[in-house]
Amino acid sequence: MEYLLHLAILFSIYAILGLSLNLIVGYTGLLSVTHAAFYGIGAYATALLLIKTDIGFLMSGLIGIILAAIIAFLIGMVLSKFDGDYYALGSMGFCIIAFSVFLNWQDLTRGPLGLPGIPKPEIFGIEFSTSALFVILAAVILIAIYFACRCIANSSFGRVLKTIREDEQAIQVFGYSTLYFKLTVFVISAMMAAVAGSLFAAYITYIDPSTFTILESVFVLAIVILGGLANLRGSLLGALLLIMLPEILRFVGFPGEIAGQMRELTYGAMLIALMLWRPQGLIGEYKL
Amino acid sequence: MSILETKKLTKRFDGVVAINGLSIGIEAETITGIVGPNGSGKTTLINVLSGMLPFENGSVRVNNAENLRVIRPRNIPLYGITRTFQNIRLFEQMTVLDNIMVVLTKRNVFSALFERHTAYRLKQAEDVLRAVNLWEKRNDLAINLSYGQRKLLEIARALAMQSDIFLLDEPFAGLFPEMVKTVSGIIKDLKDHRKTVVLIEHNMNLIRELCDHVIVMDGGVLLSQGVPERVLAEKKVIEAYLGK
Ligand SMILES: Nc1ncnc2c1ncn2[C@@H]1O[C@H](COP(=O)(O)OP(=O)(O)O)[C@@H](O)[C@H]1O
Ligand SMILES: [Mg+2]
Repeated sequence: MEYLLHLAILFSIYAILGLSLNLIVGYTGLLSVTHAAFYGIGAYATALLLIKTDIGFLMSGLIGIILAAIIAFLIGMVLSKFDGDYYALGSMGFCIIAFSVFLNWQDLTRGPLGLPGIPKPEIFGIEFSTSALFVILAAVILIAIYFACRCIANSSFGRVLKTIREDEQAIQVFGYSTLYFKLTVFVISAMMAAVAGSLFAAYITYIDPSTFTILESVFVLAIVILGGLANLRGSLLGALLLIMLPEILRFVGFPGEIAGQMRELTYGAMLIALMLWRPQGLIGEYKL
Repeated sequence: MSILETKKLTKRFDGVVAINGLSIGIEAETITGIVGPNGSGKTTLINVLSGMLPFENGSVRVNNAENLRVIRPRNIPLYGITRTFQNIRLFEQMTVLDNIMVVLTKRNVFSALFERHTAYRLKQAEDVLRAVNLWEKRNDLAINLSYGQRKLLEIARALAMQSDIFLLDEPFAGLFPEMVKTVSGIIKDLKDHRKTVVLIEHNMNLIRELCDHVIVMDGGVLLSQGVPERVLAEKKVIEAYLGK
């Protein structure tokens, strides 16, 4: 039971990451692998504030989100000038930079030693100390993020994002400054990733840089692509499948240890198979 | 007075001079044909006028904007210009309806974030889609339309802009006869509504039928201009088309 709750919490966190990344990759058609950086910024900001101050979880999380927004704005200013392969390469650069900051700014982050002893969140006097309580918090936040993403996707703004994906130069001729749209969706998405980071830090109570590498970005990208580009329910499905993957493998008879190691291998193989036979993802509407 | 004017406009691609010191004027509320052999710079002219390509020399005047040396694509609607593309450029993996709705909604990021389309916008989209007989196809993806339907959708998208000046790059190319009739009806209708149309077209019968004025380009320069009957009968124009 405890383990099921653990999986449910992880699912919520990765679903938030997948939904928010889908706004950039699926809707806007920009292949970003910077997501782990904002996830990490949210996690580190929340962890440090919870450890060093007594402003509480909500305030710490909020500061983490604002910090992610500011940094996303600056990075986005640069990235939004690119498209296609250059965008992907540029975003890779920023993810690597963020990782080395987490790793090397030892005075603040304690580098590879990580930050232990992050207090469990307490909101309005309720302490989310057990998995059963935490899963409620995570689910509430996931639902809020899902509806926020849906509002964005169904708004006029969301429609413009899709035209940027389809033909950015053409939509400009109809009077849109696409740079501002790309920048805005990037900042919104980064803020959501920071929310996931806050949840993660408060749940796991120990973070270190190894969680926030480019591989983590690729894992979230796999969630988005597996579930389906420009389909929010697809991101939920993708998160569910990839989080459950080791369990599924164990269920079909792999021994526990190997199942864990097979995870990366299987999701890599799954991505390749997907590109070959179903490039739009399981329930996606759009091909990369 | 002309609503759109180029002065000594020059556009080069590396070695090629696609437009060479071109000075032309387009009269308001008329249909002006632009003809000329392939490679004479017609499409490049429209690309320059719609800000999709920078130009090296000369200037452009449009509506009240004088002496433009740089044209930004996003300002094109402010100048009252809209266009179609010779090589169709739709938002392919979006529905027919969304291809129209997107040019009707708010341009500002924050207004757009909180905007859901209204019944009023939907009605506007319905009107232009009915004009090209695509309303029934509104929920199809643009990529799944036939070639002719895709051309018509581009025209509908331009119509939805309700601009003053329509730059149409070979809108009839590859259309079946009844679609040609639809498009020529739309173009006549635009003129009746006091719009200005610039029409690139190779079919001289359509030019004669529709245009008040025709501009002939050859090798990036102005070869001749005037009323279609006279200009299309000129020896140098016929020679340019047939090859000397
Ligand atoms: N993007 C481009 N890059 C390089 N050369 C181009 C480009 N677009 C057009 N040209 C060249 O400019 C000339 C005019 O082309 P274009 O304007 O397409 O002619 P038209 O529309 O009259 O057939 C041609 O020689 C063509 O090869
Ligand atoms: Mg052409």
